[in-house]
Amino acid sequence: MSVALKTKSGAAPAAAKRPLAASPGTFLIWGSMAVFLLLLLGVVSSVVVNSFAKEWFDTWLPAGYTPAWYADAWKEYDLGQVIGTTLTVSVAVVGISVLIGAPASYVLARRNFPGKSIMMLVFLLPIMMPPITYGIPLATLLTYYHLAPGLTGVILANLVPSIPFVILTMTPFIEQINPSIESAARMCGANMLRLFTRILAPLLVPGILAAAVLVLVRTVGMFELTFLTSDSTSDTLVVALFTAMTGAGIRAQQSVDAMAVVYMLMMMVLLVVALRFVNPTQLVSQVREDTD
Amino acid sequence: MTITGQRPGRAKQETANRPALSHRLAERGIDKLLLLLLPALLFALVLFVYPFVYGLGLSFQPKTGGLFGAYVKFFTDPSVRGLDSIWVTLQLALPAALLNVLVSVPIAYKMRGKFRGKRALTTVLVIPITLGTVLTAEGLLNFFGQRGWLNRFLGLLGFEPLQLVQNYWGVLWSLIISGFPFAFLLILSYLSGIDPSLEAAARTLGADWKQRFRRITLPLLAPGLAITFCLTFVLAFSVFPSAILVGDPSGSTRVIAYVAYNAWGQQFDYPLASAAAIVMGAVELIVIVLVLIWRSRMYKGSTGGKG
Repeated sequence: MSVALKTKSGAAPAAAKRPLAASPGTFLIWGSMAVFLLLLLGVVSSVVVNSFAKEWFDTWLPAGYTPAWYADAWKEYDLGQVIGTTLTVSVAVVGISVLIGAPASYVLARRNFPGKSIMMLVFLLPIMMPPITYGIPLATLLTYYHLAPGLTGVILANLVPSIPFVILTMTPFIEQINPSIESAARMCGANMLRLFTRILAPLLVPGILAAAVLVLVRTVGMFELTFLTSDSTSDTLVVALFTAMTGAGIRAQQSVDAMAVVYMLMMMVLLVVALRFVNPTQLVSQVREDTD
Repeated sequence: MTITGQRPGRAKQETANRPALSHRLAERGIDKLLLLLLPALLFALVLFVYPFVYGLGLSFQPKTGGLFGAYVKFFTDPSVRGLDSIWVTLQLALPAALLNVLVSVPIAYKMRGKFRGKRALTTVLVIPITLGTVLTAEGLLNFFGQRGWLNRFLGLLGFEPLQLVQNYWGVLWSLIISGFPFAFLLILSYLSGIDPSLEAAARTLGADWKQRFRRITLPLLAPGLAITFCLTFVLAFSVFPSAILVGDPSGSTRVIAYVAYNAWGQQFDYPLASAAAIVMGAVELIVIVLVLIWRSRMYKGSTGGKG
């Protein structure tokens, strides 16, 4: 592939030597990537195949195929309720964290004030800490106030990393908006509320969507915080999967696999949606700006 | 009497000469707009700072053993094996983070430019994010297990079956699978942020790719590398579900998160659990600070060499 690129770009004669020198390294890189992807494919497809397997013992492929495990998982693990909880939790977390995080990120993007760096540290720490570290004291406290285990506790716990995440994701988007637009609106007599609803919110739609989708992906995938604060009625899909897999089992492995496949498909849809709003280059500038 | 008499006069003078308090504060950046920060700050204080302080306090109030009893128990009690778990976690998290970052660099380096299928390849590399720990664990158990496809394939080639899961390697695998896409995306974004004309200039001056990488790309990438390492390390350091599912949580993969959860959820020893959580956070922060210090040293070193 590199050869084709070189000739297309019409490189100088000296460049003709380069593909030869670079090819072992290039080969090694693409080769090891191929091995990684092959292993990954094996890992994923073994679960998918098993979720459809009638019986699968000491053979290359199962003895027969059946979709029954999906119906089985749906019934046995009450997947309807679990998915409902997952949606409730993630929608609540996304909504609240955007409502709270967006105004804060506006101030942090536009203003300099004493104590700003300390405030940034308070917002950064929940992202930099392992969830278990703050999750355990938080869950203890929520249990003490009878907010956990339960839906309220799960939502509150998931808000802790989500609000800072919204702030960090949205700050670069706000910085891209020219402040003179706001000044113009102010001169025309817009107050803060109108400024937000008429000027900033429409301009910020991409940023809000990016933050919302990323928080959604994170919340659906967040294991630790939900695990610490949920009970059997407020388990999200990740936690239900974990308990199904660790729980003392006469349960068939296949129905756990079927549930895992459902989870993967759900996450894939979310990720494809996320990649539409956030391309990796945006991720770049975002990371660079919030760390500097 | 005279003093009180003088004060209002001076205050009046000041207000005459200086702008109002709200204006002076506004000059330093404090005005009503900051109220927008209040909800977020309130949430951070109530849901993060307060629980953390509460946990810190709780960790100093064990039922037995005095002020530091929970910490002493964490480090010395043979049934807790706290110190051991710190090593186990570091032995998993450091290689996983290092490997993910180091492997991402050449791949991202190759994928920097525009070529056909780049978007598709990026998507494929990012897919592991969607798998989740449980599917990864199930897949690893199925694929790498004694009767899995890999060992079956190795058997065809005449190798003995390898024990690749239910131990250290299983957890390391799952950390690599879940951490690599993340590291790759970050490195790719940092790399594509470096102006290609710098390298082009070096090439015109006759630098080969090794020199270009060492003298130009690497120093410019160093901050990105450090940040990516830190974030990947945080992910790997908090390993918990996969240590139970594909590891051996009572033995070789008894990670610190498991110890903390065990004390909290099984033994209901909240002081011990809080102490474990605090130690966990402290160890993680120490590693991050060390990396950042090393980063700043390295960067200074290279600019110093230039001068």
